[in-house]
Amino acid sequence: MEDATPVLELRGITKRFPGVLANDSVDFDLQRGEIHALLGENGAGKSTLMNILYGLYRPDEGEILLQGRRVSFSSAKEAIEAGIGMVHQHFMLIPVMTVAENVVLGTEPVRGGIFLDERGADKRVADMAKTFNFAVDPEALVEDISVGQQQRVEIMKALYRDADLLILDEPTAVLTPQEASDLFEILRTLRREGISIIFISHKLNEVLEIADRITVLRRGKVVETVPSAGATQKALARAMVGREVLLRVEKRPSAPGEPLLEIQDLHAEDDRELERLRGVSFNVCAGEIVGLAGVDGNGQTELIEAIVGLRRPIGGRVLVADREVTSDGTRKLIDEGVGHIPEDRQKLGLVLDFSLAENLALHAYRKRPESRFGWLLPRRILARARKLIREFDIRGGGPQTRAAALSGGNQQKVVVAREISAEPRVLVAAQPTRGLDVGAIEYVHRRLVQERDEGKAVLLVSLELEEIRSLSDRILVIYEGRIVGEYSSETSEEELGLAMTGGRHAEETEVPA
Amino acid sequence: MTDGGPIPPDIEPGPLPPDAEPVPPEDEEAAPTFAARLAFMQRAGGIAVPIATALLAFAIAGLVVLATGHSPLQTYKAIFDGAGLNWFFPWVHGAARQTAAFNLQETGLLLIPLILTGLAVAFAFRCGLFNIGGQGQYIVGIVTGTQVAVWFQSLPGPVHIFLAVTAATLAGAFWGGIAGFLRAATGAHEVISTIMLNWIAIWVGSYLIGFGGPFQDSSQPGVPVSREIAQNTHLPVFWGSPLLQGLDIGFFVALGMLVVYSVVLRRTTLGFEVRSVGFNPDAARNAGIGVSRNYFLAMAISGAFAGLAGALDILGWQFRLDVTTVQTASQIAFTGIAVALLGRNTAVGTFFSALLFASLINGTSSRNLDPSVFPPELAGNLTRIIQGLVVLFVGADVLVLYIWNIRRKIRRRRAAPPPSTPVLTE
Repeated sequence: MEDATPVLELRGITKRFPGVLANDSVDFDLQRGEIHALLGENGAGKSTLMNILYGLYRPDEGEILLQGRRVSFSSAKEAIEAGIGMVHQHFMLIPVMTVAENVVLGTEPVRGGIFLDERGADKRVADMAKTFNFAVDPEALVEDISVGQQQRVEIMKALYRDADLLILDEPTAVLTPQEASDLFEILRTLRREGISIIFISHKLNEVLEIADRITVLRRGKVVETVPSAGATQKALARAMVGREVLLRVEKRPSAPGEPLLEIQDLHAEDDRELERLRGVSFNVCAGEIVGLAGVDGNGQTELIEAIVGLRRPIGGRVLVADREVTSDGTRKLIDEGVGHIPEDRQKLGLVLDFSLAENLALHAYRKRPESRFGWLLPRRILARARKLIREFDIRGGGPQTRAAALSGGNQQKVVVAREISAEPRVLVAAQPTRGLDVGAIEYVHRRLVQERDEGKAVLLVSLELEEIRSLSDRILVIYEGRIVGEYSSETSEEELGLAMTGGRHAEETEVPA
Repeated sequence: MTDGGPIPPDIEPGPLPPDAEPVPPEDEEAAPTFAARLAFMQRAGGIAVPIATALLAFAIAGLVVLATGHSPLQTYKAIFDGAGLNWFFPWVHGAARQTAAFNLQETGLLLIPLILTGLAVAFAFRCGLFNIGGQGQYIVGIVTGTQVAVWFQSLPGPVHIFLAVTAATLAGAFWGGIAGFLRAATGAHEVISTIMLNWIAIWVGSYLIGFGGPFQDSSQPGVPVSREIAQNTHLPVFWGSPLLQGLDIGFFVALGMLVVYSVVLRRTTLGFEVRSVGFNPDAARNAGIGVSRNYFLAMAISGAFAGLAGALDILGWQFRLDVTTVQTASQIAFTGIAVALLGRNTAVGTFFSALLFASLINGTSSRNLDPSVFPPELAGNLTRIIQGLVVLFVGADVLVLYIWNIRRKIRRRRAAPPPSTPVLTE
């Protein structure tokens, strides 16, 4: 491996976006028949790097060498012609067509000049499926096969176009554990056949299992490239997360009271009917912020939705102030005093075409003093909106301004204002600072701490460890639908990162009080 | 992956944002609902767009007139007079004024169902639903209204009228509610289910008053009509002669419904819920608003408007229901779609676009159009051409959105510094 020319070499790749250095002189190389993992947190620059390689972005600096030859792609088409195949997280298949049709689409075998050689296509695809052990029926419709199989169809598409370099972007994010281990089997077969693979992931255990070498990216820079033999999850987590100084939020020690939110053995499925929550139990008490840390897609979304009534759990109970509210639906839960700052404010939090006043009244519209006997009282709605806009320092418009016209930070303030002004007993904040600038982040953080100090129970769900650590009084780590440990806010990011990626140490788990 | 295939590389790499997303895409309106798109259009053009749409339609239809060898301006003047709109000119006197008044009363009679079926479409639109079922809801309303007015001959007039109108309105609401319920309970798309419900209404209605049907007038077994409604259920005529189809008080009911529509949407919690579901059902659900419930209610209220239209037609001037009305004349409810689209789903807009279409239909009818200017047998087609063009242009908002998006993309690209500009080849 070492003596041959690398299949691919990236030298000093730098890519800037306005205000962000996405890649900072990144060096990367790939040997023939090697699986090289690219590891990093969200936003570390992995996808940017791969999009440069795939011809979707031009690097500002640096060069790409393919088989030792300098290349420069200006489109994905050129990258494909050079033998690079990419499997995206979101598949690009036509559901009503068969597997074989999807694979050959664009380069269909033709008979007699114009006729599609269906049998020929089926046969070539079947041969390929057999060679690589794909276990996919070429004649099946794509809409009828599983997600894991659809992913294999994407891989076959690339191989059909003679790719000898495959890029897999977070391939396991959409898979069940069983599907993931099937995928690894296929990747090993491909490696034996001399295909080189770049495997993008932020899951440590996977990377250690499948990769030959691992390159860790952090904030656009390569931290290290190590052989996976001898690497440990702990060392990788440290490299991935780094040791940045934390911006600490000013807060007093918490004085937790009675439990206001109790989750007991909660089970829930996602929309694909996969069990994503597998028995979660915890409490959030009055006057404390409990942070839920975890890598995206480990059941957080389902947990939040089950708590706020958007998703019906398949088992377990949710209690608010000792009253069972499981499956009660959003309206009932709002009335019980559960506030929700949703992860996706534009989809769930706001009606963008409504005015600020209407958005601020989205819960209160059906009660006095906003309305009486089904009649809205616009003057009171506007007066309240004016008050909240002042109190929460929402800038960029008045009560009649459309929500869509506001910046992201101010939109989030509208959501925060609505939820907090409803005086909830329990506040569920999901990714409350995603996409916000520093000032807005600080503001949201301060409000959350203020809510805590007023005796509310706050559940903070975030992918940002820094946010979790600086705000939380207790930290729970969720992994594959289970709470795998409870930590104090003093716990290091490395340790949390390790737990989040499944590498937990039993002795570090404290017993919940 | 494929050549011309799934990711055209020359388009902004939508599915592949850089993972260090530099600018959060705040202004991206992902997959806007119909209501959201409509709101966009209203912001983009205000009142200018519907007027431009109508003028453009008239201009193109004028070319068609020109192609037949007639003068477009004279033709439009003749249609204007045929609709009786010249009544508003104070210099029209004598016999001409009498004719104008008569024509305008007829236009007013058409205005009533057009306003109401327009509202039937508009209300559903505001909840993000497309009600194609105005015809079926109108038929169910007119059949029910007719029969209630035929029965209970002993009731005093006002009570009888109230009963017939209420029954027709509820029947329309029921018919619309079926589609709403199906949407809420099973996700069956309201466009499909309302079209099917239209056909069910047409043929059930045809059976009921057709030959040998239970509601057919047994005194004339050779004619497929219902019995005459009770004399005391005829709506009072406030302008013109009751014998010559003067304008009845149903006109004020329709105007009142415009007010009701506007007030319900703007001033009630129900309207607030309907609009929030129309704009963003996910956010509405998260705010504790029952999306399914609102789908059902919006369709039922829409159906109520259409059912009311049927009742006012039968009690106002038809007095007996014939099969042609059920099968053909009920298509006026389809014009309600054009009315709502052109009127931008507002009360005022609905009034004016209903007036436009009522005038067109009446002004081009063979009775009213001056045959020396344009052959009336062709003029009916002219109405349809204009109507079709209006729907086409209004439906072109997708195109406008598309152009808008391209402009925004170009602006964004310009804003990005040159070295990072994605290279666009092929």
